[in-house]
Amino acid sequence: MSASTTAAPSAPSRAVGLPLASRLAAFRTEGFPTIPIVILLVLVFTAVFAEFIAPHNPEVGSLSQRFKPPAWVAGGSSAYLLGTDHIGRDVLSRLIFGARVSMIVGFTAVIFAGVLGTALGILSGYFGGWVDQVIMRITDTWLALPALTFAIFLAAIVGPSEWNIVIILGAVYWTRYARVIRGEVLSIKERDFVRLAIVAGCSKMTIMRRHVLPNVLNSAIVLATLMLGVVIVTEAALSFLGVGVPPPKPAWGLMLADGKKGLMAGYWWLTVFPGVCIVLMVLSANLLGDWLRVKLDPQLRQL
Amino acid sequence: MTDTPLLELDKLSTHFVTARGTRVVKAVDEVSLSLRAGETLGVVGESGSGKTTLALSIMRLLPTAARIVGGGLRFAGEDLLAKSPSEMRHIRGKRIAMILQDPMASLNPLFTVGDQVAEPVRVHEHTGRRSARDRARSLLKAVKIPAPEQRLREYPHQMSGGMRQRIVGAIAMSCEPRVLIADEPTTSLDVTIQAQYLKLLRDLQREHGLALIFITHNLGIVARMCDSVAVMYAGRVIEAGPVRTIFNAPVHPYTQALIESIPRLGGGPSRLTAIDGQPPDLASLPPGCSFQPRCPRAFDRCREEAPGAITITPGHDARCWLAVK
Repeated sequence: MSASTTAAPSAPSRAVGLPLASRLAAFRTEGFPTIPIVILLVLVFTAVFAEFIAPHNPEVGSLSQRFKPPAWVAGGSSAYLLGTDHIGRDVLSRLIFGARVSMIVGFTAVIFAGVLGTALGILSGYFGGWVDQVIMRITDTWLALPALTFAIFLAAIVGPSEWNIVIILGAVYWTRYARVIRGEVLSIKERDFVRLAIVAGCSKMTIMRRHVLPNVLNSAIVLATLMLGVVIVTEAALSFLGVGVPPPKPAWGLMLADGKKGLMAGYWWLTVFPGVCIVLMVLSANLLGDWLRVKLDPQLRQL
Repeated sequence: MTDTPLLELDKLSTHFVTARGTRVVKAVDEVSLSLRAGETLGVVGESGSGKTTLALSIMRLLPTAARIVGGGLRFAGEDLLAKSPSEMRHIRGKRIAMILQDPMASLNPLFTVGDQVAEPVRVHEHTGRRSARDRARSLLKAVKIPAPEQRLREYPHQMSGGMRQRIVGAIAMSCEPRVLIADEPTTSLDVTIQAQYLKLLRDLQREHGLALIFITHNLGIVARMCDSVAVMYAGRVIEAGPVRTIFNAPVHPYTQALIESIPRLGGGPSRLTAIDGQPPDLASLPPGCSFQPRCPRAFDRCREEAPGAITITPGHDARCWLAVK
């Protein structure tokens, strides 16, 4: 990073002679995650410029064109690269617009839950006492409720819409963060640098903001990347049950649910493509998060 | 000015009470000390004798189970025990600073050294980023860190233990405190670095007229660094006085035994004397003098009655019945 006097060990030589598992681990953490970043950038790009990329209107189909297979399969047409669904809508266009829905819902819900959970986790861990008791008992109660049922319950109250889904997912999943972050804070607040800050006369707010928060941020980010998958899958489940993103909108989860009907009849492209999209997005986010975790830690970063 | 003590402890007692109130641990019991500007006081004693609790009592940073139950604590003419938590916060780090034991753990791994050295200045004096940075640079220079400009931008893990300890020293000095409490600041450093660090502390003290409280169990350091010594045993100061007097003519058998247990160069092959037994359980102290069960010279009165501070010469006193015998 800066011109340090320590000699730079050459990164690849470290991996030589190690068992395969640790060599893989070294590869995984040391390499720049090119593929995940490219995948995410492509998804972000398609989400932003969906109108210009999509060949067809995602919400309007023609019944004469229903259940067309992908272009390279017999009976497919080059006008519908990835085929069409049960009412003749273009699968590719729906995937492209679906990226937008999944991105918006996934990222905002993860961030919403993350901010809420991290803040409450820090307060709970740092203050301890009754504050901790109250927050943790609420968390316990939350975790005792089945997440999906709870989400359906909330959705039934507030009604289905894209933004309500974000709020619902945030409200359901903040406890995961609160739990993990509280645990981290409990160990961090006993560290000497926090003591030093106390001895130096910093207020509790300053210590939480400047010394505790940055030290739990890594965990929060790693957790967020894991939660992204959970949130997207939950969104899909809610959409499938009719309490998620309202139907004409092309959400990946909704496509998966719609496609389920055609699966037995051999219309595999209706479920495989949205499924692949979800897997790619979640996997990319996880790999990126893993790399970020290493990158954000100055001690692991070394030179 | 120099005649009135800067920091004065008058029979200060800090007790730990268990949740049910059944056990009371007298971690610090009726400790009286005074310290003038420019003076160095060494506090020695074995582990668990109450040294750190004493330091934390002065900072008013005790854990929740502990409470100051009696006595007085005055700093620069003000009663520290009457201060509100927020008033104390303005004193901590600004007027009374403290150096903690472990330099490896005292720095936040996520911030550059510059940020951390500047933190107390920014917290207490609300200075801007730039002037705080200038201050940090001159502080690093003052603690003799080579290439301070470059070091400011580095992270703690990029430095050696000695350097980190000097940075912790720089943080403590950043607001030019009047009193500096160093709680075993050199235990984790090797001997050469230790010597450099002690010299640095002495230089800083001389420059700023600091009052320094040096908590250690290394008598060699005390002999070299301090003007006066307080020997603690089971929460009490059992002997206190000028360094020379304590080392040349210790009165309390515990102090004598401590000094005899230091290995000497050139003394010929002789066994080191050790003190028999274990320090007492602070929750159930023996009757009378707390050192009495281990004391080779204990007599009847020691077992019946705890001795108060007995003045031997002005400035030198001991809690021992031998002093009046």
